[in-house]
Amino acid sequence: MIVRIMGEGQWDLADEHADLLNSLDAGLESTVKGGDQEAFRAALSDLLAKVRALGSPLPDDSLAPSDAVLPAADSALDDVRALLSASDEGLIPG
Amino acid sequence: MTIMKRLSLIFRAKANKALDRAEDPRETLDYSYERQREMLMKVKRGVADVATSRKRLELQLQTLTQQSDKLEGQSRQALAQGREDLAREALTRRSAIQVQQADLATQHAQLQAEEEKLTLASQRLQAKVDAFRTRKETIKATYTAAEAQTKIGEAFSGISEEMGDVGLAVQRAEDKTLAMQARAGAIDELLASGALDDASGTAKDDITTELERMSSQSDVELELARLKGEITAGTPVQQIEGSATGTPAAADAPATPEKQGETS
Repeated sequence: MIVRIMGEGQWDLADEHADLLNSLDAGLESTVKGGDQEAFRAALSDLLAKVRALGSPLPDDSLAPSDAVLPAADSALDDVRALLSASDEGLIPG
Repeated sequence: MTIMKRLSLIFRAKANKALDRAEDPRETLDYSYERQREMLMKVKRGVADVATSRKRLELQLQTLTQQSDKLEGQSRQALAQGREDLAREALTRRSAIQVQQADLATQHAQLQAEEEKLTLASQRLQAKVDAFRTRKETIKATYTAAEAQTKIGEAFSGISEEMGDVGLAVQRAEDKTLAMQARAGAIDELLASGALDDASGTAKDDITTELERMSSQSDVELELARLKGEITAGTPVQQIEGSATGTPAAADAPATPEKQGETS
């Protein structure tokens, strides 16, 4: 599966890691719902570290779309909330 | 649904919507390529803007450092002349400047990180735009409309996702740069108003004036003491004799360079 970390690029991960990523992602989601800034930052940095460690970076000239997209490492809780509530029109340029 | 899936769907929905609008998907290739080049220019402008703000902060940091050094020198001078009150005042001003310095240094580091991120983003997008151009020509030349549709969909979704990501990064950098510029402007105003004092040294602050007054006073005292000493000691004849004994050695010295000049 291909995972994008916003602001950093894309990583290719073996499918066998999907379960691990999904469970970390579920943890991240609960911190977003809970609104705990500290817990959110910790969960996000754990998840991003796993993606960087387990995946291999895609070359810059790859045009493959991602199966999963993760917020940038320095995102605040509010940034992520805004992203998630974005319609396909407003927030995301390009 | 979890966060990473939802985000990828949001990006994908945007790409699909753009594709659906075109009757022949091949039309979207050229249009998209133009948009990509615009985005590329936007990122490069973003990098330049951040760099300009960074340099401005560097100049301000330099000014503050000069000012802080100057105040430290003044406090030493004041202490040496037994004016602890003046030294305390100089150090108090210096600590206010140090707070500003630390603050600016943090912001400088943030801007530098932002500049690096944007530079990398610009390189990634450039590579993708180049790859897209090649792919675009291949698709146009080789495939039928039906075959093209899938190929285009893939390339288009990939680049559209990158454009969305880079576009957000540029927006964030712009926001940060604007905030820094407002701050830098405020510090420029402070410097101009004299609240942080002008380190260029054109205007003299009160500490400098006081130190100069004290040092000219003590110069006068020293001069007086010297003159008094001369009068009580009489004419200093021995000093003239002393300097004369040194001359023979000094007269020998120029001989060597002259010889070297003749042989070469």
